[in-house]
Amino acid sequence: METLNKEVKEQNTSATVKMTGAEAVIKCLLEEGADLAYGYPGGAIMPVYDEIYKYREEFHHVLTRHEQGAIHAAQGFARVTGKPGIVFATSGPGATNLVTGIADAQIDSTPLVCVTGQVASHLLGSDAFQETDIIGISTPVTKWNYQITKASEIPEVFAKAFYIAKSGRPGPVLIDITKDAQFGEVDFSYKKCEKIRSYKATPKFDIEKIKEAATLINSAKKPFIVWGQGVIIGGAEQEFKNFIEKTDIPSASTVLGLSALETSHPLNVGMVGMHGNYAPNVLTNSCDVLIAIGMRFDDRVTGNLQTYAKQAKVIHFEIDPAEVDKNVKTDIAILGTVKETLAEIMQYVNKADHNVWMKEFDKLLQIEKDEVIYNQLNPTKPGLTMGEVLGGINKETNGDAVIVSDVGQHQMFACRYADFIKTRSSVTSGGLGTMGFALPASIGAKMGAPEREVIAIIGDGGYQMTCNELGTILQTKAAVKIIVLNNSYLGMVRQWQELFFDKRYASTEMVSPDFVKLAEAYDIEAQRVSKREDLADAIKTMIASKDAYFLEVVIEQEDNVFPMIPTGASVSDIRLS
Amino acid sequence: MEEIKNFTFSVYTENNVGILNRLSAIFLKRHINIESMTVSKSEIENVHRFTFVVNISEIQARKVVGQLEKQIEVIGAFYHTEDEIIYHETALFKISTEYLYDEHIQEKLKFRRAHIISITERYFVIEASGLKGDIDNMYEKLKPYKLLQFVRSGRIAITRPKMAISELLAEIN
Repeated sequence: METLNKEVKEQNTSATVKMTGAEAVIKCLLEEGADLAYGYPGGAIMPVYDEIYKYREEFHHVLTRHEQGAIHAAQGFARVTGKPGIVFATSGPGATNLVTGIADAQIDSTPLVCVTGQVASHLLGSDAFQETDIIGISTPVTKWNYQITKASEIPEVFAKAFYIAKSGRPGPVLIDITKDAQFGEVDFSYKKCEKIRSYKATPKFDIEKIKEAATLINSAKKPFIVWGQGVIIGGAEQEFKNFIEKTDIPSASTVLGLSALETSHPLNVGMVGMHGNYAPNVLTNSCDVLIAIGMRFDDRVTGNLQTYAKQAKVIHFEIDPAEVDKNVKTDIAILGTVKETLAEIMQYVNKADHNVWMKEFDKLLQIEKDEVIYNQLNPTKPGLTMGEVLGGINKETNGDAVIVSDVGQHQMFACRYADFIKTRSSVTSGGLGTMGFALPASIGAKMGAPEREVIAIIGDGGYQMTCNELGTILQTKAAVKIIVLNNSYLGMVRQWQELFFDKRYASTEMVSPDFVKLAEAYDIEAQRVSKREDLADAIKTMIASKDAYFLEVVIEQEDNVFPMIPTGASVSDIRLS
Repeated sequence: MEEIKNFTFSVYTENNVGILNRLSAIFLKRHINIESMTVSKSEIENVHRFTFVVNISEIQARKVVGQLEKQIEVIGAFYHTEDEIIYHETALFKISTEYLYDEHIQEKLKFRRAHIISITERYFVIEASGLKGDIDNMYEKLKPYKLLQFVRSGRIAITRPKMAISELLAEIN
């Protein structure tokens, strides 16, 4: 803290109270309004857990069944609330078990404050029991990390950690605290961090760029918007809607942008990307101005970059300067928060009517409906489809549920077919594609939004990566609704094997236990459905349940997700079958 | 294919534990080999300056500098082409004293930035500084004298254009 300590100390003038470092940790969290953490105790973090016990009236801790479960739960909480998720783990394996979740949160810009215990400072580097260099390990996947070796550092470091996790483009931070620092004494006073001299949380927008962009938008004949999670993170849903409605621009979402705009909005033309909708993918290569808002041109969105929107002028609204021109060369980059920049551009854009251009989307949507969507939602073959399960959920919830999806075919079906009427309703592992994410994330999502219906949609593969968290549901009574879409395969990998590896199904066939019995062992009401005529009632029963509920749907084994942009192909070469 | 050439990065950071790891991880993630690296104080109190030399394309250099700049404790990051900087490296050569009065070695030391900085009964030490090529030349010349030890520093570089880091800090403060 050599340089920064000085700076923070100057700000810290309020009265102090003596306490242990461990107590200070809890105090810091409470000061930041964080009264819920997910975690797993162990030797090096025991002093903090002792304080969790003492503060149990004010501070709640959810014991998960694995540290990975804790961090995914914290991610689910953060994604539905916008607040940082808090995670505790011990040193060594406790800390390393967080790494997947940290990497997931980093790539999906999810605010997290992870606190790990560490061996006492005099043992650092001695290969002590459960010692691991979690600072070194987590550096490439954290927005910031810091090792505390003295109790006196705790208030400043936590204040910084919260500020960094939440501000600008959010992300995970990790604080590693040696055991002696937890036992040590600190004169506690807390001041929230509002500035770090080396960190520019949000760049200032340039009004000239906004005017330039407006001119381009006003002259566009075929403008097209792709929005991402930046709209949700920035709380800019209303500004976004005002902007698209005034300019009448067809708009498509990335996977992580879903639910920022209601599915039924006339200008919502669906989802872009590898398994996105036909029209927005094809017409990416026909638009004259492509307006990217709070998104980062992931390769799953762009397909082959050499053929991506080459005909279009590109405008990029973005908070992170490192994302500008990273994958797609932009003509006009508008840095800043989308909440501010979209509000600002409103006065310069003209009211427009792009009805003729919109008809091209309608035409292609009809093709997709005829060739893909209708068959998914109203299948005639005997096996159940993932699409019809989503259709059934839409009917019961009217789009008013938080859908937490895992990773694989079912995720793409959930993203393609789930209806959304409220923002922050789609929680999924987008960038990292972490199987096992959904079950624990749904627990955190339910705790973050207890008044909402939270439905986890998971494949039989991903479910078995973290189904130990049924124990957390048993203990906390988190009323999540779990649907496992079971096709007895690692479906997405199997689909690729079918299409690109001549049906050599290497290690994708999966034998699973009796999922219903497993759920029942955890005292969770459960049923299995394999016939079409039973599906609607089963979903109705599940939604009606006040408690957690488990529904296994046995799915047609070799069903595929289409449309699909094969790897290396152009977005406009998207396949319908 | 864009031209691959030498780029020198100047990165101004806070003086905290772990920053080197965080910066080098950015090169590692992109499979970029660091040719040389120097860390030192800078012209501003409590601000450190990292100098990296890497051989990449300018597009890559621009992206890397964006990622460097993004790190919380990085105050400013810049990349420079060779003609934008004045740069130097230093090398030390430890040679057995038996060669000290060798006429040829004396001749070779006439390179203007090489001199003897220590002489003992058993060995003497030559310090040389200059561009990478100068040091390479010197190395080739002295190699026949059975180098007991050889070490060279990473590049240090000063930019010809202004870097305005003090102004940046003043603005932030």
